[in-house]
Amino acid sequence: MAVTDYLRKRFMPHIWCPGCGHGIIMRALLSAVEKLGLDKNDIVMASGIGCSARMLGYVDAHTMHTLHGRALAFATGVKMARPDLTVVVPMGDGDALAIGGNHFIHAARRNIDMTAIVMNNSTYGMTGGQYSPTTGCGEYGTTAPYGTVVQPFDTVELASAAGASFIARTTTYHAREMARILADAIRHPGFSVVEVLTQCPTYYGRKNAKGDAVEMMEGFRDCAVPVGPLDDSGHATVTIDPEAVDAPIPIGVFRKEVRAEYCDAYRRQVIEPAEAAAAASAAASAAAGGEQ
Amino acid sequence: MSTAGQTERSRVQFLQGNEVCAEAALYAGMRYFAGYPITPSTEIAERLAERLPQVGGSFMQMEDEIGSICAVIGASLAGTKSMTATSGPGFSLMQEAIGYAVMAEIPCVIVDVQRGGPSTGLPTHASQGDVMQVRYGTHGDHSIVCLTASNHQDLFGIVVDAFNFSEVFRTPAVVLIDEVVGHMREAVRVPEPGELDLTERLLTDVPRDVDYHPYAPREDDRLPMSNFGGVHRYNVTGLVHDMWGFPSEKPKIVNDLIHHLYLKLENRKQMLTRWREWSLDDAEIVLISYGSSARSARHIMENRRSVGVPIGMIELQTLWPFPSEMIRTKCRHAEYIVVVEMNMGQIVHEVKRAVDRPERVFLSNRVDGEMITPTDIKHLIRVIQGKGV
Repeated sequence: MAVTDYLRKRFMPHIWCPGCGHGIIMRALLSAVEKLGLDKNDIVMASGIGCSARMLGYVDAHTMHTLHGRALAFATGVKMARPDLTVVVPMGDGDALAIGGNHFIHAARRNIDMTAIVMNNSTYGMTGGQYSPTTGCGEYGTTAPYGTVVQPFDTVELASAAGASFIARTTTYHAREMARILADAIRHPGFSVVEVLTQCPTYYGRKNAKGDAVEMMEGFRDCAVPVGPLDDSGHATVTIDPEAVDAPIPIGVFRKEVRAEYCDAYRRQVIEPAEAAAAASAAASAAAGGEQ
Repeated sequence: MSTAGQTERSRVQFLQGNEVCAEAALYAGMRYFAGYPITPSTEIAERLAERLPQVGGSFMQMEDEIGSICAVIGASLAGTKSMTATSGPGFSLMQEAIGYAVMAEIPCVIVDVQRGGPSTGLPTHASQGDVMQVRYGTHGDHSIVCLTASNHQDLFGIVVDAFNFSEVFRTPAVVLIDEVVGHMREAVRVPEPGELDLTERLLTDVPRDVDYHPYAPREDDRLPMSNFGGVHRYNVTGLVHDMWGFPSEKPKIVNDLIHHLYLKLENRKQMLTRWREWSLDDAEIVLISYGSSARSARHIMENRRSVGVPIGMIELQTLWPFPSEMIRTKCRHAEYIVVVEMNMGQIVHEVKRAVDRPERVFLSNRVDGEMITPTDIKHLIRVIQGKGV
């Protein structure tokens, strides 16, 4: 199949602003899906609310545009009902890390098999450019006219502390690598987090004098520092030379660990023994009933 | 527990109301429960954590009530009958997602075991303060199904009804019980498999590779569904949407959808209304009650009847959509109507709206966390009759 076969062209044109990076992420995701040869009927996508969430309308899969911050919780229910389906959850930075922060850390802790894509543009674009949990300290937004006074979340560190078993970061500049990482993340049997730094020239870029879309992507290129290869335990070493790059952004796969996946573990540890015990008990009472 | 071939005697069990909710949900075919611990509903989660895997289902303790209801809606969309259970504070947290299930028309069942409120209120005491929250808790125009019961045998059937209605109308259905019913133990006969009717999901007969319009209602307002993971790929959204499930702001589409969501239930009260009634034929005084309050109301009704007072009673089991026509008809000849409920007056306003001459409607209530007693109700009846307490 061609990448465009995974699109609902009926609902084009899309609503994203000129220069927005979200289309690049959608393209990379579809490339990954195409490369993996997934059947469209086997893909479920759940999203929250915001610019990121609108991706779903354009993808020809089972798509669920849910509530702000809650996409992972909805996706958890889908996965529990149909563990055989491939579940992908694109979210914005506010969606995943502010209003949905609790679901994010618990989905990571559970290690339930789905791919969370954090489309991080450091702002709330849909509502007009307010500061988000990933806006840098001192940066501007419509609700931070004097600059923010808080530290941003580091998505990779947060996912790592919460126990996600696959963690990666990439940017819209690194589109081809993004497609490879997303394919790897989808294939990974556990909770995968892929943070994608994406440009919002309309709000974040304009408010923070980051230039146009191309300049913002060149910024990703210039700041990106690849992490080292994964060691035997599935962890990558991050080596940053502060002299070499101003404001470095480590990119690549940070963690790829094999751990018990939730649906699988629940089936093996809970359902199978409970079903067996119930069947044995029913057989015993049937035998006892027969003797009466 | 509800297997065929059990002796009739072993079908009778001594259960808590919360346990009845769990068993009835399993009977109805519920196979996914997501919840968060909260008094006085926790026993539902505890029992299902043990029971669901025995029948191949899944129990999940989520990070909060918001996550619980969202996971339940997701599992239902993927084809599994699903439920959550909570109490007032958790029910408040669920309201946004309940609106999503209303808008996206995804069946699900929510049990709210009421405690005293507002806020943390009285976690282990009797109250019926959530009636209006069930109806209007989520924002925007909509209708919703809410059922309740005063005793465990009725509760079993009511929970099964809630699942059936949620599937038929593709709507969230709320089972609203109170702390007394939830925690009280009494004998209940678990029906045999097949004894109660179960409504399975109406699935679309549109074949693979043919355009399926997930949100084009049939003439009877029903929407044949295609479960996620099936052969029809479509979009589900909480935004106002067209027949494809794609966002739309066209006034006609908005208008049609809001009318559909409201009228698919409000126009079908005859099917949705469950109630019990006693001695209405010659009743000059009619008591109207529901949940545990109805136990006290029925006691005093029988007690007064035995001394010759012409009194009758209606016990509501469907609270929403409110059975106004039934109430209006049955109360036509009553001189006085006394609504018995444990709140500052919620259903009493619906009764006043429903009947002719609303000035004959009185409220007998109690809001101190103690269960309303037959004596409390008797005092009000005597005052109405001009006899003094």
